[in-house]
Amino acid sequence: MVASLGPKVIEVRTPADLDAVEALVMPGGESTTMSMLLERSGLLAPLAERLAAGLPVLGTCAGMILLAEEIVDGRADQHRFSALPITVRRNGYGRQLASFEVDLDVAGLSHPFPGVFIRAPVVEQVGAGVEVLASVEEHPVLCRSGSVTVASFHPELSGDSRLHQGWLSLAGVLEESSAVEEPVTERH
Amino acid sequence: MTETNRSTGSPLVKRGLAEMLKGGVIMDVVNPEQARVAEDAGAVAVMALERVPSDIRKDGGVSRMSDPEMIRGIQATVSIPVMAKARIGHFAEAQILQSLDVDYIDESEVLTPADETHHIDKWAFDVPFVCGATNLGEALRRISEGACMIRSKGEAGTGNVVEAVRHIRSIIGDIKKITQADQAELFEWAKQLRAPLPLVQEIAETGELPVPLFCAGGIATPADASLVMQLGAQAVFVGSGIFKSDEPERMAAAIVEAATHYRDAAVLAKVSTGLGDAMRGLEIATLETKLAERGW
Repeated sequence: MVASLGPKVIEVRTPADLDAVEALVMPGGESTTMSMLLERSGLLAPLAERLAAGLPVLGTCAGMILLAEEIVDGRADQHRFSALPITVRRNGYGRQLASFEVDLDVAGLSHPFPGVFIRAPVVEQVGAGVEVLASVEEHPVLCRSGSVTVASFHPELSGDSRLHQGWLSLAGVLEESSAVEEPVTERH
Repeated sequence: MTETNRSTGSPLVKRGLAEMLKGGVIMDVVNPEQARVAEDAGAVAVMALERVPSDIRKDGGVSRMSDPEMIRGIQATVSIPVMAKARIGHFAEAQILQSLDVDYIDESEVLTPADETHHIDKWAFDVPFVCGATNLGEALRRISEGACMIRSKGEAGTGNVVEAVRHIRSIIGDIKKITQADQAELFEWAKQLRAPLPLVQEIAETGELPVPLFCAGGIATPADASLVMQLGAQAVFVGSGIFKSDEPERMAAAIVEAATHYRDAAVLAKVSTGLGDAMRGLEIATLETKLAERGW
């Protein structure tokens, strides 16, 4: 998704990879597995440092869980970066049969964004300074705080690149002027 | 705010979970204790089944869906996705598994087939399905029946990676050839593969399967996981390879790390060191039953 918008994309698996990036996507997956692998790969401390220094980051689903301040229903040994003051409940929407699609009204977008929620986490609380950009019923699903943007859904699965575009512009990776609001359709 | 049009069980939602498992390791487990070991090691999901394939091979008899109590016990123990196996064509087992709220159903040749002609109509379910395939035609037939993930079959329960390599190479090799074919040749490809033309045309355009492609059947070491991922598998299933090894905890963690750093030989060397004996493997030529030949 990001590559289709222009920037060069690399996969970060080592501290050296992390040094090379100017913005980071923390994608979906299993947050417990990702936490373990971050630790075994020696990425925990370097990533915490970069986040503290304002690295622009987009965390989706499991990525959001890792960036949260509080995790409910996680594993006791699961790491969190506390990059923004939110509390999330892991698998809060339920197992796979409860996974869903819904059209989201997102602040700043002229027409709805297709939200794809896969065993998604529920944002239970947001603290001071967190901007809620979209919600499903009473729960926020897209939040921003400074350089950190998090979504409980998967904008990368929907084929609509507007959120990625907006995030890349904000991160200074894309020129503001090149950010258009029309969806770029990708194959599902 | 937005509540009106929530839809569950859509093709995108079903495929979405498979997308999230890419790069990971899915481990066969037969009880909650093994599921805990798998989760602790960093598995992205577990496959609940009554006996691992190597025991099915040894014990013989008819192999069926697992006891719901065992599946519930595993669901209560781990927080990662829990998959379970149904027999080929046994849609009643699949209905039961869906009612248990499993996260994925594997319509699997490792169990004894229940129907010699028909696979399950997977479109009829909200729960997503994974199916095995030995070649591209088989993969596309399963996708046309509604499978949202394909795993190359390999030969389960052997600890011998040779069949897994054969199948993943066959699937990916044919995908590459199709991307080189002209429009007229695609009709012939569809005929040769006994696969729906629209799926063949889609592959010609995108250069990949319409659903994630994982690898199973005979992966027993970190090097095996690296091998099949370098050949193009997007994640691996490990069955008997973990709990039939000397030190399951270490083997499980090592294979997880190998799947993440599958191109990094230095990491692979490190995680392969001092793992004890891998499972005892079987020579394919000596097998009485080839599980991969089940399904069509």
